[in-house]
Amino acid sequence: MNDLTSGPTPHFSGRVHFAELAAATAPSRTAPAGIDGRARPSARSLRPFEARPTLLGAHAVSKSYRKGQLRIPVLENVDLTVGQGEFLAVIGPSGCGKSTLLHLLATLDVPDSGEVSFEGNRIDNLAGAGRDILRNRYFGMIFQAYHLLPELTTHENVLAPAMIGASTLGYLRRRRQYRERATKMLHLVGLGHRLKHKPRELSGGEMQRTAIARALVAQPHVLLADEPTGNLDKATGNEIMALLGRLNREQNLTIVMVTHDREIAAAADRTVTLADGRVLAA
Amino acid sequence: MYKILLCWRYLRTRYIALVSIVSVMLGVATMIVVNAVMEGFTHEMQDRIHGILSDIVFESGSLDGIPDAEGHMREIRKVAGQYIAGMSPTVHVPAMLSFKVGSQYVNKQITLIGVDEATYASVSDFGRFLQHPENRKQLDFKLKDGGYDMVNHEAPPSDGKVTRPQMAVAGWPWRRQKARFSRPVVAPEGSLDRNPFAPKTDATSANGSTPEGEVFDPATQQHDGCVLGIALVSYHNHDGTDSFLALPGDDVEVTYPSAGTPPKPLSAKFTVVDFYETTINEYDSIVFVPIRKLQELRGTINPATGVAAFNSIQISLKPGTDLNMVRDLLRAHFSPQIYLINTWRDKQGPLLSAVQIETAVLNLLLFMIIAVAGFGILAIFLMIVVEKTRDIGILKSLGATGSGIMGIFLGYGLSLGIVGAGMGLVIGLLFVRHITEIADFLGRLIGLELFNQSVYGIPNIPTIVEWPTVAWIIFGAILIAVLASILPAWRAARLHPVEALRYE
Repeated sequence: MNDLTSGPTPHFSGRVHFAELAAATAPSRTAPAGIDGRARPSARSLRPFEARPTLLGAHAVSKSYRKGQLRIPVLENVDLTVGQGEFLAVIGPSGCGKSTLLHLLATLDVPDSGEVSFEGNRIDNLAGAGRDILRNRYFGMIFQAYHLLPELTTHENVLAPAMIGASTLGYLRRRRQYRERATKMLHLVGLGHRLKHKPRELSGGEMQRTAIARALVAQPHVLLADEPTGNLDKATGNEIMALLGRLNREQNLTIVMVTHDREIAAAADRTVTLADGRVLAA
Repeated sequence: MYKILLCWRYLRTRYIALVSIVSVMLGVATMIVVNAVMEGFTHEMQDRIHGILSDIVFESGSLDGIPDAEGHMREIRKVAGQYIAGMSPTVHVPAMLSFKVGSQYVNKQITLIGVDEATYASVSDFGRFLQHPENRKQLDFKLKDGGYDMVNHEAPPSDGKVTRPQMAVAGWPWRRQKARFSRPVVAPEGSLDRNPFAPKTDATSANGSTPEGEVFDPATQQHDGCVLGIALVSYHNHDGTDSFLALPGDDVEVTYPSAGTPPKPLSAKFTVVDFYETTINEYDSIVFVPIRKLQELRGTINPATGVAAFNSIQISLKPGTDLNMVRDLLRAHFSPQIYLINTWRDKQGPLLSAVQIETAVLNLLLFMIIAVAGFGILAIFLMIVVEKTRDIGILKSLGATGSGIMGIFLGYGLSLGIVGAGMGLVIGLLFVRHITEIADFLGRLIGLELFNQSVYGIPNIPTIVEWPTVAWIIFGAILIAVLASILPAWRAARLHPVEALRYE
């Protein structure tokens, strides 16, 4: 599996420049740090079940939605820490707020109260542009409904983060590297033969693999997965889980996955159970 | 980069957006065609106005005029000689034209213009509008032996049909024929006593005026020549032909005011030698006669010095000269109380500005069509934004910024505008190029002649494509397309990523 990524690819050791994130207000960007193949400092190999430094954390976060006059609380005082290299599963029944928690971790949404931290820095209060960069470079996301762009081919979908992160000129200058990297990622997830296919020509499993390739193309520090097997049959779901497990073990990729399926969650190092917006004691 | 890629993919896959392209396209094409035709007709009209008015008209305010055209022309040359290409003095007076149709006299009000046939053609396109090919080269006020055009030479009918059959006999043949029928049968006094075999002593030359004591013979002699505006003696028939009440070779009587106060009506006979046809009615009611004859008839020639009075001097300038500059130069030198100095544009100011306003209003109204197309784009774009809500959420989850999302839709609007305007440009230019064929086809389709060339006196619908105008039209269309996409783009940018991702 070592040939699957370009050189040493430590997903957690690339420095996040928080000063840059905080200052980012304009869309002017440099290329995503990992995607152009520049080597990052080498990986620290960590064995599972060892105490890990915290990568991503939620501290006493609460979130509620408004429905007209009504306030519907979704999360109440949730604490969660994700260690580097950890494969964490958040399980709970539908509507318990686990997707919302994932969105808060991914800075797609902001909590009403509490803090979200990433590599020791608070990220929930960053300006929009800073959060955009964070999502683009350091977070990879996969969803239950795959969420591929229907107008783009598989290969272009995988390239999308690079196109979004780089300026047009910057992208064009390094497009060979980007394209090679995207091809490599598709080979990694076993879709090397589907580069030119549109999403609607793919099966569910293939679409989810494409989504994983897209999430990994920028060498993110953490992969956030929202019910990645929810739309798949058991066999295909198991294949996807096997792929995620392999990525976690072999690439030391930190994964946070939410699911309602305990069987699926069993593949994770650790599970956190969420019910009615609160974390249940393990 | 993703903005460009997505714009391009949306452009190729959203066929509903093509509907808005079509409306932009039609608006642009219509504006290009209408502007080209308006410009063509305006140019044609100006051409004809300019055909009778020289670049600069130097006039006296009084009907009697001012003496000494030669002296004034020397003075003008001194002031602005380096810009001047030619000058010709003229006399303008209001007059009445009478001619006999059958046994009745027809009277018409005319403007009588005395022109110097040697120089007048050099200051205006006067010659171009005459009916005899030789007169078009150089007018000499002499009746020709035939050979007058039997069609409108400016716009010959495409099918080669003769539209003016009466003109076949015009000229001396017509004059001789008329003289034969109108000659009194009474033998001149003493002619029966004369020896018919004696050698003729008749020395009157054709085309000359009658020497003292001679009897004027209309079969061989003409009065002073005059050129009639064609509208005075012709009318247009339903079948496209023209009929004439008088022809070159007929005599007409002109009643004109004498010089002095109050003016007294005097009259003189002239022989029609040609017709003047600009298709502008105002000008086709003018009668041209030799200037020297008119001066003599009105009594404005000083018997002692031979210096005559003129009403105006027509000045033509070298090509490329600024008319207003020369006008102002002359105005500064000649007293405005006595001399009126105007360019031909000044003289036709109200007409030209009316056409200009017409064009502007028409453009404004047509631009509304494109504005309507803008609302079409707005509606369709709002729909596309709703349809693409989830994709917008995906892009945001991948780190796309709000301004980046906005850029996709603004770029989409821009490309729709460019494609629509580009197609409109092509269609508009093709339409303009083949406008006569299209007008013919439409005419046959609906059974109406859309462009009657004998009415306008030009063979084809005149069109001039003004590139600056075209550029403005295209710029305006693209701008409207972009403006219409601002609101949808802004809404797309403001979508909440989580809600957008959840959207089904």
